[in-house]
Amino acid sequence: MNNLEQCLKCNLCTLVCPMMEVNPAYPGPKKAGPDGERYRLKDPAFFDYALKYCLNCKRCEVACPSDVHIGDMIQSARIKYGSQAHIRGRNGLRDWALASTDLVGSVASPIAPVVNGVLKMKPVKAVMHGVLGVHKNRTFPAYSSRKFSSWFRKQDQSGFDKYVSYFHGCYVNYNYPELGKAFVKLMNAAGYGVHKLEKEKCCGVALMSNGFADKARSQGEVNLASMRKAVAAGEQVLTTSSTCTFTMRDEYADVLGLRNEDVRDSLMLATKWLYEKISEGEVKLKFRKDFRMKVVYHTACHMQKMGWQVYSIAMLQMIPGLELTVLDQNCCGIAGTFGFKKENYEWSQEIGGKLFSDIESSGADVVATDCETCKWQIEMSTGKTVLNPVEILAEALEY
Amino acid sequence: MQKEYDVIIIGGGITGAATLRDCALRGLSSLLIERGDICDGASGRNHGLLHSGARYAVTDREGAEECIRENRILRRIASNCVEPTDGLFISLPEDGLDYQANFIAKCREAGIDAQAIDPAEALRMEPAINPAIIGAVKVPDAAVDPFRLVDAHILDAQRHGAEILKFTAVASLVKEDGRVVGVKTSKGDVLRAKEVVLAAGIWTADIAAAAGVRIGMMPSKGALVIYGHRVANMVINRCRKPANADILVPGDVVSVLGTTSDKVPMDACDDMHATPAEVDLLMREGEKLVPSLARTRIIRAYAGVRPLVVADPAGDGRNVSRGIVLLDHEERDGVPGLITITGGKLTTARLMAEMATDLICRKLGSTAVCETANRPLPGSEGRKPGFKDPFNKRAAIGRHGTEIGKMDFEKGGEILCECENVTRAEIEYAVKNFGVRNISDLRRHTRIGMGTCQGSFCIRKVARVLAEYVEASADELVYEYRQERWKGMTPVLWGDTLREAEYMHKVDGNEI
Repeated sequence: MNNLEQCLKCNLCTLVCPMMEVNPAYPGPKKAGPDGERYRLKDPAFFDYALKYCLNCKRCEVACPSDVHIGDMIQSARIKYGSQAHIRGRNGLRDWALASTDLVGSVASPIAPVVNGVLKMKPVKAVMHGVLGVHKNRTFPAYSSRKFSSWFRKQDQSGFDKYVSYFHGCYVNYNYPELGKAFVKLMNAAGYGVHKLEKEKCCGVALMSNGFADKARSQGEVNLASMRKAVAAGEQVLTTSSTCTFTMRDEYADVLGLRNEDVRDSLMLATKWLYEKISEGEVKLKFRKDFRMKVVYHTACHMQKMGWQVYSIAMLQMIPGLELTVLDQNCCGIAGTFGFKKENYEWSQEIGGKLFSDIESSGADVVATDCETCKWQIEMSTGKTVLNPVEILAEALEY
Repeated sequence: MQKEYDVIIIGGGITGAATLRDCALRGLSSLLIERGDICDGASGRNHGLLHSGARYAVTDREGAEECIRENRILRRIASNCVEPTDGLFISLPEDGLDYQANFIAKCREAGIDAQAIDPAEALRMEPAINPAIIGAVKVPDAAVDPFRLVDAHILDAQRHGAEILKFTAVASLVKEDGRVVGVKTSKGDVLRAKEVVLAAGIWTADIAAAAGVRIGMMPSKGALVIYGHRVANMVINRCRKPANADILVPGDVVSVLGTTSDKVPMDACDDMHATPAEVDLLMREGEKLVPSLARTRIIRAYAGVRPLVVADPAGDGRNVSRGIVLLDHEERDGVPGLITITGGKLTTARLMAEMATDLICRKLGSTAVCETANRPLPGSEGRKPGFKDPFNKRAAIGRHGTEIGKMDFEKGGEILCECENVTRAEIEYAVKNFGVRNISDLRRHTRIGMGTCQGSFCIRKVARVLAEYVEASADELVYEYRQERWKGMTPVLWGDTLREAEYMHKVDGNEI
């Protein structure tokens, strides 16, 4: 929905934009969104190349008192006009590689030790930095030699009365099956068996932000079709990544124009679902008495947009022996593939600065967050261990 | 010996400006005198529609032929003022298709390329139109920015030696031995000329009357509303006998819907504003053209006066011409030295100027020929904004074309008006080239404060810049501007426009 008319030009969005604070070349959400849209409607020549700096964090939309879909407007403009403005430019190959999570993951996984080793080598990093444009300080999340889906196939999930479906996402599948395993353990402890979706593709968030909207749309269709089957079978579709969830619930419809209203309400993060089930008395979880952990919780941008951080926080607070501090809401600066790009590195780190120093001074053992790219950024920038709330919950279970 | 011009033209609308340019290009020493700023009258209060002539094809063949000829010329010579959007004449179920067949035939007779198109195809071309349409005709209508068009004419005239005197009213025509020999200004100066041309729109009648010449004019009010963005990229008309509120024009980044047609008394012409009843009527009819208008913010409403001429001064107004009226008062009234050019349309102003200047040349014994149809206006040498241009320059390039070279973006690149992307550089260019007293004047030459927020947020910044050049303080400039904006916002003060107005009030505090 294009509701640029409701913008009063109050500039609250400008105040909360993390990119504006560090990068004077970015025109800011008001100018890039509703102001720019009026001119783009007149003539696509008014598409501003600087829209590529938008992190798509949606903090502008959270702040807007008039409910203008500022971030959607910017994303949609990048998709609609981006190719004409040569937004991909000379880093086309890199952007394609960063966006093609499924393909790269499938290739890398079987030879994970080699890939992981090679990607850590200094000369390789130098080449990636110089030729491909991936910043040399970035560490790619290690690939797992056994995909989550391969592990899951061997698991016996029969014999449960009730089931949920799991959208695991690329990161769990190719890099970090531990989170998927934790999810299965947690669901089983709650009395639910787990089904994988019939077919699962990358949610498409990286494709959208790198200008491959058509590919994102076709992958979205596959995901929605699988979700429809799960929902028809009476199963909730649960996730462990805030960004995948947000993309499929909101960006599919608002940016890609996919119709998802029939499955949208059945798709949610595991923590929200668990919190609701526990509140209704349908699920009971037992936690270890001897569990001790000092945790700070970081609200990922898309988590804040959905307003669901309250559920992850409430779930963590159920664990006796877990000391929780909720950090001030600041963007970590990575914004998915954005921070991997050489030209964006400095801005990424400057945006995340406030968050990093809060974390470092907190004295916490662990940072909890629902977003995998926040995890990579915080681990690289602070050296702290970052875990998904689902992992912490699974670890604290008495099981 | 006091300077004597060949020609003095009264009226800074499109007719006067085009006449000034034609005279200057033909080597006549010319002066234009205007009581306010350019486009203060009907030229600044219309649709901004460059007619293809289709609207007049059925009733006024001659007018239609003039329109299509001038339409083609202006696309060529005023490319930064004209947007070649094309237009659609749509038939709704209540209109039927009877009108359409005759309409197309008449358009073609007048030389207008009118193509009947399938309703489904029309909806593909312009998805915003009412999906209930039963027929559509594509015509070469276009959008034209009247302010820019007048500025371009005046710039060209000045660059060919013409002079312009703004903010100076004509107190009376000076007559010697029955001949008009010049004008007396409100400041008491007498300016002499061999020929005086009245091109003052509806105000022509009063000026002529003071010199003993009677011109029967009938002011006809037309009200319009501005929607906050472009809802359609083509001009949308109803394919039926012309009536109220049946044209929607994409004017720059807004949409303009109009109009009404009501006879008003002469003394109402100086204070034209749209009434709530007119706004209601426009909205009701406009939604039939483009349904999404019902959900689109109206940012202001305004009204103008058509200078219709009554051929028979004693008549009852039925015999009214919307065509071009050129009066040689020497022949008609025995008053040599005075010519009137009026009636006509924004689209045909160049032709009106040519006719008037032909007459002037005959009187002055000049054989110079008209060149206005062949020479591009300043700014119109084909420069369009593109991706390679820095973003802060693009809107200014769209408005001023090649004139962009005269703006100092090195020093003044910061955008002050964010809705319309107006920079300090563009403001300084306008101040130096067009002469302005206040922000309302500045608005005509840029687009400052014409966007969604109607100047809520930029006007103080703009006032500080302008105060460096004019004899007014920033506070005075802000006050003047707000009063003028309120006039247009008052009839549409609900919903988001009301919220915006309250916000504006908060920004200004209680001073305004």
